[in-house]
Amino acid sequence: MSSPLRMASAIVGAAETEELGVIPDKSATQLHADAAIRAMEDAGVTNSDVDAVLTAGSPTQIAEYLGIQPTYIDGTSVGGCSFMLHVAHAAAALATGRCNVALITHGQSGRSRVGEGGRFGGGSTPSAQFEDSYGTWGAPSRFTVPFVRHMHEYGTTEEQLASVAVAQRQWATKNPRAMMRDPIEIQDVLDSRTICWPFHLFECCLVTDGGGALIMVAADRAKDFPKKPVYVMGMGESVEMTMISQMQDFTSSRAFVTSGREAFKMAEIKHSDVDHIMIYDAFAHLPIFAMEDLGFRKKGEAAPWFAEMKSAPGGELPVNTNGGGLSYTHTGMYGMFAIQESVRQLRGEAAAQVDDVTISLAHGVGGMFFAAGTLILTNDPSA
Amino acid sequence: MIRLVVPKRPFPRPTPETQAYWDACKEHKLTLQRCLNCEGQPAYFYPRPFCPTCLSRNIESFEASGKGTLHTYIIAHRGAPGFQDDVPYVIAVVELEEGPRMMSNIVDVEPTPENLPVDLPLEVTWEDLEREARDGTTEKIGLPLFRPARGGS
Repeated sequence: MSSPLRMASAIVGAAETEELGVIPDKSATQLHADAAIRAMEDAGVTNSDVDAVLTAGSPTQIAEYLGIQPTYIDGTSVGGCSFMLHVAHAAAALATGRCNVALITHGQSGRSRVGEGGRFGGGSTPSAQFEDSYGTWGAPSRFTVPFVRHMHEYGTTEEQLASVAVAQRQWATKNPRAMMRDPIEIQDVLDSRTICWPFHLFECCLVTDGGGALIMVAADRAKDFPKKPVYVMGMGESVEMTMISQMQDFTSSRAFVTSGREAFKMAEIKHSDVDHIMIYDAFAHLPIFAMEDLGFRKKGEAAPWFAEMKSAPGGELPVNTNGGGLSYTHTGMYGMFAIQESVRQLRGEAAAQVDDVTISLAHGVGGMFFAAGTLILTNDPSA
Repeated sequence: MIRLVVPKRPFPRPTPETQAYWDACKEHKLTLQRCLNCEGQPAYFYPRPFCPTCLSRNIESFEASGKGTLHTYIIAHRGAPGFQDDVPYVIAVVELEEGPRMMSNIVDVEPTPENLPVDLPLEVTWEDLEREARDGTTEKIGLPLFRPARGGS
């Protein structure tokens, strides 16, 4: 039996902040608001139409700031994939009549740190007790830890890792909004500064300011809005752990596998039906892990596939066509931008538009392989 | 041999559930817990007063052998706050002989990929951390680090 949430909701408004990159004159909350107002304009709705607010952090803050009196709120905050989960949760709320017009927002002053909370927690959480004392410092020294095991098990090479950054830069060269647009070769990546061996600077995401927002409604109303609707076909979410050292298999994310399996099950499609893929790439190994864990490639076969430039412009399956977190933008919780690019590709509005995109998959990661969310989206109302 | 000295490590703050683990670390004893309910009495880490597999509270702590292997790692070329003068240093996941894995640093070896093949045999070594408590006394804790195994059993 099909899921009642399959094709039950649609994204009818989508926008990023007007500016991206370095925005020292706006607070994090204002970045949420900029994106939210633009998304409402895109959908032709106002704050009095919106009755659901979903964001990673404080939906209370966003509702107050934007003058919204919601009947449904969701503050799910499991890292950068939270917005994939918000789309999934909004789909359920819309389908069951809990709300009519859902607003999902993201804003982060990741680079300028204007109006942001403290950066380093301390405390006595498991990760503070069992990881922080070993000189970890956020994502670059923890997210990267599994990859050497992948190299060992599958013969994955440093050059193959570098190729992910090269392929994505090829997309970014076509995108005027991308922060990094100069073409690069494998050797440029390997020659960039070593951050945490085997990862070099160009294999680590950018740190930027920006935001994005989405407006969702029930599918049966989707055609009443000005833009081409993007329907939610499938969704999945999961978590695994809060410490990288406790990952069960350092070559495969349990959260990715679970989230991807659920999304495909609901969407009722084959992998070969997917025309376009967005994978949250905080670091260059994430597209490798995700292509394998979501079932697009067998274990050990994704890295050679990237090295053959199969994901690049002109390749067999376009991945991260905005340039990704490595070249486009990365505010800290990038998942919103992956969804935005899927929506643009399905609307035919992308800077580096791919021909004939009917189904796009957007896969997000939260924390350091801690959580995952997967969306399968389509522009085909009869799908 | 190069001894990696890493000052200013964040001082672990035990919770009631982890106090016994950190108390044993003060005595340079690495402890694990095992489930007495599950078949094979599997060991687990990090400390919890119940088995993370079957949720039984029928568990016990025991001293680990301190032997393990290098499961995966990075070589940090940018240091955490307080660690900037210590780069490059190794942040590793150690697979203990008893099965569980834990994060640690690999010390007493020059940190190069050539010196650190995956599955390299390791053994525990200790670094004593001190800090001044609010009441003016000195608090101490031991932090388990690992070094390449020197042979013997």
